[in-house]
Amino acid sequence: MKMSGAKALVEALKREGVKVIFGIPGGATLPLHDAFRDALDEGELTYILGRHEQCVAHMADGYARASGKVGTCTATSGPGATNLVTGIANAYMDSSPIVAITGQVPKLMIGRDAFQEADIIGITTPITKYTFQPSSPSEIPSVIKAAFHIASMGRPGPVLIDLPRDVQTEEEEIDFPEKVELRGFKPPPRNPHPLQVKKAAELLMKAEQPIIIAGGGVISSGATKELLELVEALMIPVVTTLMGKGAIPENHPLCLGMIGMHGRGEANAAITKADVILAVGMRFSDRSVGRFDVFEQKAKIIHIDIDPAEIGKNVKVDVPIVADSKSALTAIKEALSSMATRKAGEESHWVKRIKELKEQFKDRYEAGEAGIKPARLVKILRKLLPRDSILTTGVGQNQMWAAINFEVYEPRTFITSGGLGTMGFGFPAALGAKVAKPDKVVVDFDGDGSFLMTEQDLATSVSQNIPVIVVVVNNSSLGMVRQWQDLMFGRRFMAIDLKRLPDFVKLAEAFGAHGVRVGSYEEFEGAVKEAMKMEVTTVIDVPVSPDEKVFPMVFPGRGLNEVTWG
Amino acid sequence: MKAIAPSKHVVLALVEDKPGVLHRVTSLIRRRGFNIDTITVGATEVKGISRITMTMMGDEKILEQVVKQLAKLIDVVKVSRLKPEAAVMRELAMVKIHTPNTSVRADVMQFVEIFRGHVVDASPESLTIELSGDPEKIDAFLDIVKRYGIKELARTGAIAMQREKTSSSGSSKISV
Repeated sequence: MKMSGAKALVEALKREGVKVIFGIPGGATLPLHDAFRDALDEGELTYILGRHEQCVAHMADGYARASGKVGTCTATSGPGATNLVTGIANAYMDSSPIVAITGQVPKLMIGRDAFQEADIIGITTPITKYTFQPSSPSEIPSVIKAAFHIASMGRPGPVLIDLPRDVQTEEEEIDFPEKVELRGFKPPPRNPHPLQVKKAAELLMKAEQPIIIAGGGVISSGATKELLELVEALMIPVVTTLMGKGAIPENHPLCLGMIGMHGRGEANAAITKADVILAVGMRFSDRSVGRFDVFEQKAKIIHIDIDPAEIGKNVKVDVPIVADSKSALTAIKEALSSMATRKAGEESHWVKRIKELKEQFKDRYEAGEAGIKPARLVKILRKLLPRDSILTTGVGQNQMWAAINFEVYEPRTFITSGGLGTMGFGFPAALGAKVAKPDKVVVDFDGDGSFLMTEQDLATSVSQNIPVIVVVVNNSSLGMVRQWQDLMFGRRFMAIDLKRLPDFVKLAEAFGAHGVRVGSYEEFEGAVKEAMKMEVTTVIDVPVSPDEKVFPMVFPGRGLNEVTWG
Repeated sequence: MKAIAPSKHVVLALVEDKPGVLHRVTSLIRRRGFNIDTITVGATEVKGISRITMTMMGDEKILEQVVKQLAKLIDVVKVSRLKPEAAVMRELAMVKIHTPNTSVRADVMQFVEIFRGHVVDASPESLTIELSGDPEKIDAFLDIVKRYGIKELARTGAIAMQREKTSSSGSSKISV
């Protein structure tokens, strides 16, 4: 069939099941948007017009994390494309599958410093799984097919397609292939090596004080059921990484919550006492495990990951298992069932100890002087929100207060910028999540500094009818930087005072959203209940003291056994 | 001149012959702080597949990470490491040597013969020598002739192949 490159692209996207595009148009994507218009008129596509390209990338990312599908976003050439970069890097660090489509100047203009030209392929090569620049319309269907395949297979991640303007307008005979061959793309085998599985099972059987660390891989491979089965069959306690929140219901008696620099006291205490660690779909990041050498000393480590490059990257592993988390956990459970398992219901000394630990740390999170405690806000929020609500976060103190205190019960309901730590991620990610799951309550638990970085997309939220709740924990400062200056730089504060600006209630109102300021827990509770009934986005401004800190904390360069409570 | 000591690493990558592939490969290595000593790219027995041979110095653990990350690149079809002691390595060099008089010229010609090089260009003041062999041999030759004055030097960087095992225990041939 003869058609233009732009039409071929839209048709190929439809064939991949794309229903929503987050984007901002521009000169180099005019033909593409003309083709989107047809799909829009036929009701086959929703186009969410953002207000900043960084946000459209985060929206696609939030959409992908909430739905498990590939998120799609588009921007024009030059500044449009470069504005996407933070969003792409964010998706890359957190293994989130997105496809970004950028416009490019016509082929003959490339390399001549044309108006709005940027070498986006060169710029994004280190932060994408792959990039494409089709040079003729007939290449487009196979490029799209390959892009979605690469983004979602193996360890997920972003793919960028750079589309010169003339490739969008030229007409050619177009075929849509059913599949593409990529001889260099070999996602690791889904199934684990049986010998390693046997070794892992034996280690776990012999372990006196075993523990599981569940990472984001458990969620992206859909292995939460398998994880829970293994946990309950073996009575193994579980901790999670930041990305792993949601891998297991956090109110489970064997779940100790998040480990790491701001991990829960009981989680960090338990991990340092373990003799065998089963790490599933996680990458031993410095923020999760502290000093690598402390981690390696005591315990034997079994590491399951789909990405072979993660095995042995940060810590020495005793049993490496390169596989999809789901199939690896299934295989380990099967291997164990042929061995004599512990009697059901039998509570080992270790499990008793774990339960004592949970009890011991229970009341420590809201300690401190009077005033509104962010930890308490998080707990009130949890109590009010339906079980399957989605919480996104900004980056900084707000993120850690949420991560420590918000109990997540279901996968894909806690969405945060883990690897890149992108301030401003929470709000656009919430919009993307709400587009993916319109029936769920979506809350962005944010800080004033973070929210201010992407607040302009309140316009997107209001004009496109994507109602979310934004809780701004407003300490009028760049709180995490302030905390570090306080604890490590002798309170020599520098460049952290946000001067109580802007007035978030008025800001919300200026965008046509609902704004409310609360001064007590009761008012906060009322505001959240009210916001859940609203059909427009609500911004709840909660002033707190700038001296509120995130504890517990493990100082950088220390091991997880050195926890500070303030 | 640095010799390719056994501690030096040789990495082979079979890659798609496409624009940007070299950038992807070198960008990844740059990020890990490795300096590539030599890099060569050329055709293979398979159409559309190029062979990149790189030599570099660096920490073993980081190199292992580099190789694993290279293997993940979509355009890299296969990546492997060679043990220098079990590999055949060859490099080509062209050297322009200052030869102001017949006695120097005669000396140089003699060394060229010993090292089985060729004279590929001559002028009253200089000789241009072509020399191929393992990189150590080229180092040795350069070490000798540097006393006469090297006016210009171009080395290709090494290409390498694993030595075939004498027993028939599997071929090192890579099929794609």
